[in-house]
Amino acid sequence: MNPPPETLTPTKPQTPARVVVNDLSIEVATVNGTGSQSANNILAKSLFRMGIPISAKNLFPSNIQGLPTWFTIRVNKDGYTARKKELDWLIGMNAATWEKDVAALRPLAVVMWNSNELADAPVTARGDLVAYPIPMNDCIKNLAADAKLRKMLVNMVYVGAATQLLGLDETVVLKVIADNFKSKQKAIDINVQCLRAGIDYAKANLSKQDPYRVETMNANGNKILIEGNTIAALGCLMGGATVMGWYPITPSSSLAEALIALAKKHRVDGTTGTIRFADVQCEDELASIGLVLGAGWAGARSMTTTAGPGISLMSEFVGFGYYAEIPGVIFDVQRVGPSTGLPTRTAQGDVTAAAFCSHGDTEHLVLHPCSPEECYEFARISFDYAEQFQTPVFVLLDLDLGMNFWMSEPPQFTNEPFKRGKVLSPAQLDELKAKGEKWGRYLDVDGDGIPWRTLAGNPHPDAAYFTRGSGHDEQARYSEDPEVFKRNLDRIKKKIEGSRAKLPQPVLDTVPGAKIGIIAYGSTNNAMREARDQLTAAGVKTDYLRLRATPLATDAIDAFLKTHDRVYVVEQNRDGQMELMIRGVVTTPGSVDKIRHVRHYTGFPVDARSISDGILAQEQRR
Amino acid sequence: MTTATNEKVNRSGFKFSDYQGLPTTLCKGCGHDNITRNIVQAYFELGIEPHNVVKTSGIGCSSKTPAYFIHRGYGLNSVHGRMPSVSIGAKLANHHLQVIGVSGDGDSASIGMGQFCHMIRRNVDMVYVIENNGVYGLTKGQFSATSERGAKSKVGEENYLADIDLCALSITLGGTFVARGFSNDAKQMLALVKAAVAHRGTAMLDVVSPCVTFNNHEGSTKSIHYVMEHDIRLNELGFVSPWEQPAAEVKPGEAVEIPMPDGSHLVVRGVGNHHDPHDKLGALQVLEESRKKGEILTGLIYIAEKEPDFNTAMKVNNPKTMAEMNEADCRPAKESFDKYLASFR
Repeated sequence: MNPPPETLTPTKPQTPARVVVNDLSIEVATVNGTGSQSANNILAKSLFRMGIPISAKNLFPSNIQGLPTWFTIRVNKDGYTARKKELDWLIGMNAATWEKDVAALRPLAVVMWNSNELADAPVTARGDLVAYPIPMNDCIKNLAADAKLRKMLVNMVYVGAATQLLGLDETVVLKVIADNFKSKQKAIDINVQCLRAGIDYAKANLSKQDPYRVETMNANGNKILIEGNTIAALGCLMGGATVMGWYPITPSSSLAEALIALAKKHRVDGTTGTIRFADVQCEDELASIGLVLGAGWAGARSMTTTAGPGISLMSEFVGFGYYAEIPGVIFDVQRVGPSTGLPTRTAQGDVTAAAFCSHGDTEHLVLHPCSPEECYEFARISFDYAEQFQTPVFVLLDLDLGMNFWMSEPPQFTNEPFKRGKVLSPAQLDELKAKGEKWGRYLDVDGDGIPWRTLAGNPHPDAAYFTRGSGHDEQARYSEDPEVFKRNLDRIKKKIEGSRAKLPQPVLDTVPGAKIGIIAYGSTNNAMREARDQLTAAGVKTDYLRLRATPLATDAIDAFLKTHDRVYVVEQNRDGQMELMIRGVVTTPGSVDKIRHVRHYTGFPVDARSISDGILAQEQRR
Repeated sequence: MTTATNEKVNRSGFKFSDYQGLPTTLCKGCGHDNITRNIVQAYFELGIEPHNVVKTSGIGCSSKTPAYFIHRGYGLNSVHGRMPSVSIGAKLANHHLQVIGVSGDGDSASIGMGQFCHMIRRNVDMVYVIENNGVYGLTKGQFSATSERGAKSKVGEENYLADIDLCALSITLGGTFVARGFSNDAKQMLALVKAAVAHRGTAMLDVVSPCVTFNNHEGSTKSIHYVMEHDIRLNELGFVSPWEQPAAEVKPGEAVEIPMPDGSHLVVRGVGNHHDPHDKLGALQVLEESRKKGEILTGLIYIAEKEPDFNTAMKVNNPKTMAEMNEADCRPAKESFDKYLASFR
């Protein structure tokens, strides 16, 4: 490690000893509600448009205004876009966290700050940091008369200074600003002026002392930069969702709102002005799921969006949906529990709560997307699964995947028809009658445990039936007969078991000679390539099985355990919820003993180093 | 629609038996069965197509009753207190369905009070019947929230809490059809059920329906005897279907005639009063006055028949129902899809 420079006079020219291109993590420490969001998005988008792989995360408080917020951008030429543990470049804008923010930096990290608002002392006291003090208020004091507006615009100064010091392509930044404010020319002009103020100040007063540079690449191709919630909403639009009941809850609200916006644009009848989508902001989550099941029962593709606390509230109704066999889709954008927990932080904490939601014997179909591509695709096909299996289906995102920006291949438009499952028309009922067969709502005629249903409004004299959550027989009649009850419950089990082979299957990635296996799912995948590269560099080759749904694909898991010496289940919860489910389906003798784990549950997204260190520590102990 | 029998059919070609259900399993003499009978009669006489009827309910004695009427309709017996939410879902999925929800005082005044309130506020087009007996029957006689202060339970316990008046509450929540009936007054109830069906919006029918097993004793304020003694009719309600001639011409000042959206007419004739059911404050006033006197006021208490129902306000009644929507109805054009995604570049 280099000795720290003795003084940190910004005007003193120093040439960095080495150059690090397209590999750094930037963090803007700011206060929520101060308008930093648009500046941060402009910075992130500009880097993305320069063709460099990035991800952008907002670590925000459960609060409207005035509390600390950190926006992090990971820039990485190799496409490692999970959270990076070490911070390279801090932009200090928040007096309340300033001392702590500086104290947390590693030696030789870069810090840029608004010297009109924050003291230089914490930086000078440390003496081992690269320091770029900028009097940001002064830079723009003549640009806007309104003090409130200046407070927002000051954020553009650090975008300008970073543009200059990191070497961002100015024309790209200008285009991003123009796109960001669309046709509002006044807003574009003033933001560009503030950007220039930052660039000019850095040019005139700061000499480059750090090794970080960004350079245009061509790594992003046709990719888009999008939040999981936004693209999941597009999946719902394409999947044919027509009725949504929801209750606002972080971090799921933006999914519902994105879908409402899409419906207002793409589902309006040109003749009648009516909307081919009904959204009801409900009084609570119980009403949301009730509405979903009412609509699913009557034949609409229905859905709700929620988070852990909502799942807890919905559980009685979910069991009703399971037992009365009613389709519906529940998007759970997971946050940190138990209880209110950390509403604005991420976890994979609802894996078992979703899979076994409700009292009595239940198991639900749960999809675990890992990327924007899968958020889209799983959202779209979740409605097929719900109607085909006539049961509630969960799609589990998490805050990291749902609310942060990820690079993604744009999904392809599809003409694939909806799979609407077994619904009998009046004509089909006539055919049955002609054959002398009697339809029963809960009769397993195909041997797959999935019965046929009719929809309210079907005028055939045999079509009507009575749906209930109490004991019922094949003809949907009330029954307390023990044999009938067991038979029905066993049939439902058979139906759910059948989903194992039909749900999205695990994805296997192998390398020659690997004896160690890793199993993960959902957003944990985003750190996995980097973690596995780190492990390879440390001499541990790994194969990787990514799970995509429960009920689990038993055979794939069994085979993976059989062919590896040790298998690490990596997940973002304390108790190993997926591991518990894996242990429940493993059949090969001895396989269970091979299972190890790495668990991350701080509320921050898992980083690659935590995974690789966690595995290495256990491998080296051996 | 109907097979050739000697049985009389209604205007839509359905037999009376199409509107009947399974035999009741409630206690002999239960008020709820009287309500069931009037529902059967009303839907038959109105000629509502039974397969378009959706019968929703929650949990409790009242919630069993949808099995006892309109067997050619579709039943959805959900969870305790949540009948409103499944009803809204069904109505949004298919706006041609005619929803009748049956609930009890436990369902609507306690566990599901939130859903009740928000249903009234939304004015979803449906009939909302509350079979109100002041007691939890299936769990053997606990007081419900509609039980009056001072009422005695079967084991002699006295209720020290004020009751929730679902009619007054509905009016303050923006309800557009608020009526109270008595299960033993068939004539009034038949007219009220018909009017409720004709109403476009949530028609709330609070029916005092004595529990003969757990709340029919001395000291009860919802026993058959007590209700018969204290039932005061606010008005006489005449229901005139679009194809019927009114019984007598209505003279101004004598009664209020209300044209309903489906072409039928209500003729509301005050009994010893001039209460106009369009008068919201007056409605609250007659309720409070009768309450002070210890009366049980029945009849059409308040109506605002011109308010838009939920689906209409939301503009979601499309030429096709939501349930019928296919890929072409749901997906944007490929160009719009690609353009939208390009905005994230």
